Amino acid sequence: MLESYLGAGIMMLMAIGIAGGMVVMTSMLGPKREFADKMEPFECGESPIVSPHQRFSVKFYLVAVLFVLFDIEAVFFFPWAILFKQLGMFGFIEMLLFILILGVGLLYVWKRGGLDWE
Amino acid sequence: MEPITAPAIDLVSLAPVLVLSVFGIMVLVTDLFIGKDKSVLVFISLTGLLMGAISSLAKYNLPVHSFNGAYIVDHLSVFFTFIFCISSALAILVSVDFNKREGIKVGEYYSLILFCTVGMVLLASATDMIMIFLGIEIVSISLYVLAGIRRNDPKSNEAALKYFLLGAFATGFLLYGMTLLYGSTGSTKLVMIASAIRNGGVASEPLLLMGVVLLIIGLGFKVAAVPFHMWAPDVYQGAPTPVTAFMAVGPKAASLAAFYRIFSEAIPQLSPSWEILLCVVSVITMFVGNLGAIMQTNIKRLLAFSSVAHVGYLIIAIIAKNSLSSSALMFYMLTYAFMIFGTFGIVILLGRKGDENLEIENYSGLAYKHPVLALSMTIFLLSLGGLPPLAGFVAKFFVFSAALKEGFLILVIIAVLNSAVSLYYYLKVIVFMYMKDPVKEFDITLSPMTLFVIAISIFGTIQLGIFPDSIIALAQAN
Repeated sequence: MLESYLGAGIMMLMAIGIAGGMVVMTSMLGPKREFADKMEPFECGESPIVSPHQRFSVKFYLVAVLFVLFDIEAVFFFPWAILFKQLGMFGFIEMLLFILILGVGLLYVWKRGGLDWE
Repeated sequence: MEPITAPAIDLVSLAPVLVLSVFGIMVLVTDLFIGKDKSVLVFISLTGLLMGAISSLAKYNLPVHSFNGAYIVDHLSVFFTFIFCISSALAILVSVDFNKREGIKVGEYYSLILFCTVGMVLLASATDMIMIFLGIEIVSISLYVLAGIRRNDPKSNEAALKYFLLGAFATGFLLYGMTLLYGSTGSTKLVMIASAIRNGGVASEPLLLMGVVLLIIGLGFKVAAVPFHMWAPDVYQGAPTPVTAFMAVGPKAASLAAFYRIFSEAIPQLSPSWEILLCVVSVITMFVGNLGAIMQTNIKRLLAFSSVAHVGYLIIAIIAKNSLSSSALMFYMLTYAFMIFGTFGIVILLGRKGDENLEIENYSGLAYKHPVLALSMTIFLLSLGGLPPLAGFVAKFFVFSAALKEGFLILVIIAVLNSAVSLYYYLKVIVFMYMKDPVKEFDITLSPMTLFVIAISIFGTIQLGIFPDSIIALAQAN
């Protein structure tokens, strides 16, 4: 029973080893030249200390949500494509329905102006 | 390679869900191609609800199990599907004039109501925890959006945000409870859970009981039982009035149906443990609901607390879990739909653009100006309070007799006392309408659709009160 998890265990150990090893080794081997700007916390090019009362565009949020939706669609496509022959007609029709429903969603977003940047 | 066989799919038993989904999508798409006038959408959604109700009769040798025992079509689910279709149709009818008046111009409104109905039907027919969770999520997500559909109104935004944050939190509890039940019995199907408990196949008794407690918390939130009712008054007050009426009936009925199914089909063996818990929840729900309502000056908050109190009575039916209690649940929710839509119909009529007239004071003197409206309101309120010969009395009588049959005498006595308390605040509104001078001018536009809803509700409230036999026979036909 437990042996069947051996492979997964070894893979996890290797993943931890490689990731951890890289962090440890860069901090030990890498050159260190410290100056004030470099030691500031860094977040996507934003200054760390500013007033939080700023406006930001919600357009990014909409694009991100749409991206997740269609990304998931793609995720479903991969296993379906691999098993396409075995699933037969049933799988084909089911997938068509799935795409149709998502297509209606895309049509809705499009007509509603969700894809207009301005 | 071996071809993979398609799983058994019984589309006929899923018919109402499919019909309602298709019509919901149709409304969504049609909305894109029509102009400002949304009456086509109203027509499509009402047709969809009618077809949905009819299609639920597609199977006539009940009960039918399908989807590997995850879905059932039985009397409970068919009857509840009818309640959902009726209440959603009433909600749409009552919104037509309201939306015009308040400038709610989004067509999504109607499709969200249809999608919400889909979730409710799933909830009433689900016999698998995952299906129940799916139903609850469909219902809740539609409601979060509906509560905040007036985007420019801060109250509506507050309602939506509060409902969303607390609702998402409660969903977590529900899911955790389901996980523990699955972990200790090895199945998500209600029947399998029951048989695992009966045959001693429980891996961990404490975890099972923990799961039951978490389920009570999660479902208690969804039906607004005390102490998980905090959201109800604020959300009911902030949401647009037709949405409030909709929320108070359909989704509540659906959650109660799932509540009943889980507790009577999956874990009846554990009833010595959860019975006392539910008794406590029921009693404090009745007390907090009724005593809270007495303090209110806003009619929507008053009705919110009254609806909390009604959940208290309905939980008694779940505790009793005999054959009588399921039909009592069905009958109660049907009558409740009529009473609530009637009351809210009048609340909507009394408002006008920019001033909804929601203070109870504003009802003073209504009987002199609009005697018929005041009389209708009186009928609805007395029925909510449970006075014979109105429908509310028969419904309560039914629930209480189900509990008495199982020997819950003290619980029933408390419920009857609470019923008497509730009359105080219902009568308060009536006293304002009949015995006080008007504080301000009434400026009422008698919009035909809303009047139609009120007329249907009056008919339902009186008909079910005086001749309940035929509907009771339908509810008991299992």
